Amino acid sequence: MRLAILDSGHRVPMKGKFAVIRTVSRLPVPDAVKTNRYRPDFYGTPMGVLTQEAMRGPSAWSVGDRELMGASVSQINKCEVCTKTHAGVAALAYQDEAKVSAALVDLETAPIQEPLRATMRMLRKLTRDHAVNADDMRAVLAAGVSREQIEDALAVCFTFNVVDRMSRTFGWVVPSAKAFEAGSRFLFTRGYH
Amino acid sequence: MSDITQAHKTLVARALDGDGRASPAQRRAAFDNAGLAEPLRTLIDKVVKHAYTVTDEDIASAKAAGLGEDHIFELAVCAAIGQATRQYDIALAALEAATERSGHAPRNPR
Repeated sequence: MRLAILDSGHRVPMKGKFAVIRTVSRLPVPDAVKTNRYRPDFYGTPMGVLTQEAMRGPSAWSVGDRELMGASVSQINKCEVCTKTHAGVAALAYQDEAKVSAALVDLETAPIQEPLRATMRMLRKLTRDHAVNADDMRAVLAAGVSREQIEDALAVCFTFNVVDRMSRTFGWVVPSAKAFEAGSRFLFTRGYH
Repeated sequence: MSDITQAHKTLVARALDGDGRASPAQRRAAFDNAGLAEPLRTLIDKVVKHAYTVTDEDIASAKAAGLGEDHIFELAVCAAIGQATRQYDIALAALEAATERSGHAPRNPR
């Protein structure tokens, strides 16, 4: 990472936890974890609370839907770490890796429901252009998405528009395939607390 | 539905006013991406607009200008949260405008 404090500037108890993680998983501690656990009162803890609510809080969207939205937003932000990690979580949640892959290759032809497709189209525009307008929202509503679902999707989008920027600014390392698999499984089973 | 309202307020408050090295004014400037001097201006503008274009040299330039790593960390966090917040607010306003005309129930004020 580009800031040494995020690699090795943690307090001693946290360094101990990292040593346990390395020993048990036999994998490096993910840079996302290192960033979230550096001065956690400043960023990581409040961001974790928000992320847990957006990704696992009550919603008409499934966990798989929200993880897929996150992966798709991360794709626009050119964040490989977040795209692959959350595509992996979505695949576990859906029990359908092919659907997730198809949605990230071509949203328009992927075998997903129209409300999800319309919502993801809007989130990708918001992320790419930094703006959407009322017509964009009308298109999502016309696809059968409720305003509550749109607000839930925007919370997911907010989350990834922060985290992707952390990743690309601080230079999170793209891990091995084995580490991606472990990270996705951890987030699927444990969430973001 | 999920509700990030309180979590978002806390996140923003910690970033702008929590303990740290950068002054409140500089954190606000990073959050708003306005009023920063070089080399921070370039770094923060990249974080906001296309974070994938940030380079090792951008960070090195900020350090060479005398900024410590904690200072850079804090301002990058503020910039990321600021831009994500602007996009979120723009989208909620667009949703509000869309539902006013289409007969959907108005959104509860936050």
